[in-house]
Amino acid sequence: MSGRRAIVTVPKQAKRGEVIEIKTLAQHAMETGYRRTQEGVAIARDIIRTFVCTYNGAEVFRMELHPAIAANPLIAFSTVATESGTLEFKWSGDNGYTVTETAGITVV
Amino acid sequence: MGRETRAMQDDDATNPAMFWVLEGEALFKNKEGSGKACLDCHSTLKGVAARYPAQDAKQGRLLNLEGRINACRTERMGAAAFPYESRELLSLTAYVALQSRGAPIEVRKSDVGEKFFHLRQGQLNLSCAQCHDERWGKKLAGTPIPQAHPTGYPLYRLEWQNLGSLQRRLRNCLTGMRAEAWPFGAPELVELERYLMWRARGMKMESPAVRP
Amino acid sequence: MMDRRGFLLFTSILFLGNAHATPAQMQAAMRKVLGGATPRPGKVKLEIAPLIDNGNTVPLSVSVDSPMTSAEHVKAIHVFTEKNPQPNVLSVRLGPRAGRASVSTRVRLADSQTVHAIAELSDGSFWSGSADVVVTVSACLEDGFI
Repeated sequence: MSGRRAIVTVPKQAKRGEVIEIKTLAQHAMETGYRRTQEGVAIARDIIRTFVCTYNGAEVFRMELHPAIAANPLIAFSTVATESGTLEFKWSGDNGYTVTETAGITVV
Repeated sequence: MGRETRAMQDDDATNPAMFWVLEGEALFKNKEGSGKACLDCHSTLKGVAARYPAQDAKQGRLLNLEGRINACRTERMGAAAFPYESRELLSLTAYVALQSRGAPIEVRKSDVGEKFFHLRQGQLNLSCAQCHDERWGKKLAGTPIPQAHPTGYPLYRLEWQNLGSLQRRLRNCLTGMRAEAWPFGAPELVELERYLMWRARGMKMESPAVRP
Repeated sequence: MMDRRGFLLFTSILFLGNAHATPAQMQAAMRKVLGGATPRPGKVKLEIAPLIDNGNTVPLSVSVDSPMTSAEHVKAIHVFTEKNPQPNVLSVRLGPRAGRASVSTRVRLADSQTVHAIAELSDGSFWSGSADVVVTVSACLEDGFI
């Protein structure tokens, strides 16, 4: 059982033109590449590198992540509620990591 | 802990511990060896975590939440016990403990646990009481010493960048004191957990918490 | 043939050489973003608690004062550190659809230091902000084993 890899919190409904807050959490160790085991062996970097949010297919937010981003990264940002539809969130990173979550929104 | 760490805990949308809660919720519904899931017997476990560790009447031993879950699994569900700090056990304890959010802690006193709390141990000859009863609020290595009430376990510790049990934290403390840490599941640790919960009696549960 | 002490000193210097960026490296990383431009201090608000519980996970918010219209908006926000092993922390690309030019996340800070943020506006101008932080470490570390 692998469990949920990301949690997104999006208002279900908003007024047209309203600026809404979106909070996202990804479950990821964000291994920096600077740590060593007790025996002194370097632990390879393994991080999320990119986060993209699209709104009915149009990109509205993008973030590049570096090892300085903490484990289990929170990314909170805002977007204008333009129309009803689907917000898609995609995380991608080292070692082929890719996670997608979606959330529907009704704009009145 | 700072205001920002507190804010991380108070918002389920930003609390990393929620990953474990969600997985625990799924595991709770999982049918095990004997065909049973936790949910089949327990439609709700509201308030239960606030009353653990507790005496297991049938077996006559003191069980913490981890022990209780594993006893159910091995004795009633035809399933193997989950090891301490395993993803599964952390997820289940996080999910169960969340059901006690806001509930006042109500646990009977452990005299054995109280003894351990006051026992001077290890290379530094320190007891828990010397820091957490006598010097709470003062600084240790630049960080304030808390009263050490386990109101939020299992919790996401920033130091671990992971969720962990109270026993993990106690073993950290013992190692930090340069004392021999009891192994996971040791009865001494369960008694100490019980004493700490009794010492925090009346305080409200806030699991799963976030701590530095 | 190096003796043990010499060997340890040699390897520890090698390791230290990789472990911390220098302010010069941070300036170089900033120059990559700025091109030849000079950022003006202002508009950029970098919010981090001045005293931090644990450098592993530090809540950080950047917001930029901008109407976020098609005519006038923030195109990008970049955050840098002067003492982490690498100077780059994050880069955000956004536009008028953001509504507000802001992002909140949690970062790792290796030491007490100044964190810097640069915003790139639609008119090609660059603005900067910074925050000084003191990083403490919790007592009773685990020492790498449970």
